[in-house]
Amino acid sequence: MYDVLIVGCGVIGAATAYKLAKYNLKVAIAEKFNDVACGTTKANSAIMHAGYDPEPGTKKAILNRRGIAEAREVVKKLDVEYQPIQSLVIAYNDRDMEEVRKLYCRGLANGVHVKIMSQDEAHAVEPALSPNVIGALWSDESAIINPWEFATAMTEVAVINGADLRLNAEVYSIEQHEDHLTAVTANGKVDARYVVNAAGCYAPFIAKMVGDDRIEATNRAGQYYVLDKVEGRKVHSVIFGCPDENGFKGVLVSPTVHGNLIVGPDAEIAAHPEDLATKPDNLGKIRAAGLKYVPSINYRNMIREYAGVRPTTNLSDFIIEICPTCSRMINLAGMASPGLSSALAVGEEGVKLLGEAGLELVENPDFRDERPPVIRFKELSPEEQKALIAKNPAYGQIVCRCETVTEGEIVAALHRPIVPVSVDGVKRRCRAGMGRCQGGFCSPRVHEIISRELGIPEEKVPKDKQGSYIITGRTK
Amino acid sequence: MADKYYDVVIVGGGPAGLAAAVAACEKGAEKVLVIERDKVVGGILNQCIHNGFGLHYFKEELTGPEYAGRFAKMVAETRAEVVTGTMVLDVTAAGMKRYVSCISSENGYCVYEAGAVVLCMGCRERTRGAISIPGDRPAGVLTAGTAQRYVNMEGYMVGKRVVILGSGDIGLIMARRMTLEGAKVLACIELSPWCNGLNRNVVQCLNDYGIPLYLSHTITGIYGSDRVEKVVVSKMDGGKPVPGMEFEIECDTVLLSVGLIPENELTRNAGIQINPRTNGAVVFENMMTMTDGVFACGNVLHVHDLVDFVTAESMKAGAAAAEYAKGKRVGGNIVDVVSGDGVNYTVPSKIRPENVEKGVDIFFRTNHPRKKSVITVKSGDNQIAAFKRDYMAPGEMEKITIPKVLLAKCSGSMTVSVDDAVEEVF
Repeated sequence: MYDVLIVGCGVIGAATAYKLAKYNLKVAIAEKFNDVACGTTKANSAIMHAGYDPEPGTKKAILNRRGIAEAREVVKKLDVEYQPIQSLVIAYNDRDMEEVRKLYCRGLANGVHVKIMSQDEAHAVEPALSPNVIGALWSDESAIINPWEFATAMTEVAVINGADLRLNAEVYSIEQHEDHLTAVTANGKVDARYVVNAAGCYAPFIAKMVGDDRIEATNRAGQYYVLDKVEGRKVHSVIFGCPDENGFKGVLVSPTVHGNLIVGPDAEIAAHPEDLATKPDNLGKIRAAGLKYVPSINYRNMIREYAGVRPTTNLSDFIIEICPTCSRMINLAGMASPGLSSALAVGEEGVKLLGEAGLELVENPDFRDERPPVIRFKELSPEEQKALIAKNPAYGQIVCRCETVTEGEIVAALHRPIVPVSVDGVKRRCRAGMGRCQGGFCSPRVHEIISRELGIPEEKVPKDKQGSYIITGRTK
Repeated sequence: MADKYYDVVIVGGGPAGLAAAVAACEKGAEKVLVIERDKVVGGILNQCIHNGFGLHYFKEELTGPEYAGRFAKMVAETRAEVVTGTMVLDVTAAGMKRYVSCISSENGYCVYEAGAVVLCMGCRERTRGAISIPGDRPAGVLTAGTAQRYVNMEGYMVGKRVVILGSGDIGLIMARRMTLEGAKVLACIELSPWCNGLNRNVVQCLNDYGIPLYLSHTITGIYGSDRVEKVVVSKMDGGKPVPGMEFEIECDTVLLSVGLIPENELTRNAGIQINPRTNGAVVFENMMTMTDGVFACGNVLHVHDLVDFVTAESMKAGAAAAEYAKGKRVGGNIVDVVSGDGVNYTVPSKIRPENVEKGVDIFFRTNHPRKKSVITVKSGDNQIAAFKRDYMAPGEMEKITIPKVLLAKCSGSMTVSVDDAVEEVF
């Protein structure tokens, strides 16, 4: 019997597991996929929002601010790729400037450091902007982050402190008993006194399993371009357009923590949470929107396109509550933007609600708020690189030439508290295959290293999800 | 600053690097170093187990590994040193000195000072992301070269029902290879109205196996939740799909052969001028870049069809690098080579007549297939030379040689064009 079962190991489940790790509790996490952070956490804008967007007083407004404040400390402690960066909401006309002023007021109400900038000021802080920009809202409280590393890092801490992470464990049903719940999963039954529903796009379905059918998924897909680092160097801020009549923030242009440039997303009803297909018309519109912000973007340097699905619901705010139909379940649902920014605060709220629901929260004196260090070879000085190779020659073998990732880093990724079992899983841990050749050269090598280090045949190593097999057999 | 000095440091031990090493030693360079990132030299030739290599250089038909093996042996017989498993992280050419920094398991982090540097990093394949094919992102979408590595080096098959996008040579070769290994290759799909590979490969790899080639078509969607399940193929007109003309092919694998990109990240970081038409460095007649003492040759300079031409170009570069290291400097006037009508690019793009002995070779590609046509070289309004061709195609690199006496007639620049007045194939 577990004290708590967290359903879903995206950034919300991870943050909840991280917060629960501080207490003397037996925690399990059930994740549908073969790795953590595989849903919305994997495919989003990777931005920690300053907090001027949400309506003042809403959960989104309050938790966004708390979330980014705490994240500044946590990313340092857990060594997560993160970089503070200015953000701009740009205006092309008077209607846009009206929106900018509205956001400015919201920003002030939410306690954000914001400024309204003139045309000259905006171009001075971001020379890449289109000359048609007449003014902007500016803030220095935003940041860019590696979202899947953020979630993975928090889950690693939870695992180190005893959490039982069950992968390939899609929850099929939840049975309600007097003193506990039983989740029937693809990876066995799990009994737990309390369940946290952090299932992202699937959260409304999990709620329905205990009779709560108020939440309707209205999932919105967004598509993005990723461009080469040559393009990433052109932009030094997160650039948003003004929200449209429906409040949609629209396409943004932003560097990533790895130095690439992303352009996207749009917003379109997703047929299914895993409908991640990109569509030519949408991509065309996104390209045009990006060029409108930053005319110097050269799309010949694009290296990838992707789509993500936001877990939007029929309710506009975050859903953070004890489930009205089952007092042993906590809903953390509707975690669309600013879900990533708010994650740590949402996790904290989840713990508070578990306490209110009757869970005894006794602090664990042996809590270890750390994870094994991550070596990023490329970021080391020549002296440090020299010393590292002398100690472990695997760091002298570059496997991914585009991102300068060594065999040492790949081997280390495969022996961390959460073991990636796929080529893309390794990519998410250490960037091998994330560069301009998209794994063309290194994926067979990574494949081989996974097989060797984990002792599984190469035929059994998937590209990503279970079933995404790469090899169909031996040659003649 | 440097751990060691070499007269010539060669970055890359593929066919270009090996030929450059042989030539540098022949020209008298005392200390020559070849740096190779893989465990063995030979580069991509090692996975090209088909034949057709060496017809020009060795006058016989070799496989890729055989061609590489011959050059590896030739290098081993020179005084050149070869280090493998070593990745160059940085080339700097600031002021009069050149440094190459690299890492390996064996030697750790090293910096070499170089009298001259020859860049031979080769090229990489254009990916799905670079051409933005819409749809899902399942397993089973690979570049043809990656598939070739799995099949020929690792001994694994990567699919059973295969569609090939692009008619580049690697794609055509892989169509045959996958067929021989028991896969069903359902189609080869090419966006252009013509094939981009060598004609001999169309005949030997597609026609001989009855694999249909769809010209003026492309894949407009890849679908499948975990593994590829189908592709949507559309007929194209003027860069746009023709409505109602799309069809689906059920398959589990898509191999991409949609172009090669010279790998010039080191070149760019070193601040060396790049030719936007080739994505390779701008070079003089002896393959020196616009940065003194740094040379480039092979597929890192422009993408070749035949390794024999890579060898010839790289021998020129290696010899010139050796001479540079020994102190030879070239002066005099510079003639710019301009790509005129019908010419996609030229290599070299600058010629110093003072450094030309008898004549200078100019390599280029034409922009579409042509039957009988005339290549003209003009300087201003004066025609310097003309060359007749019975057939030209973008997939086959052209070479013309301008005699030194004619170079003297060029003032400032020369323009190479293909005469459009003749009948075209399409």
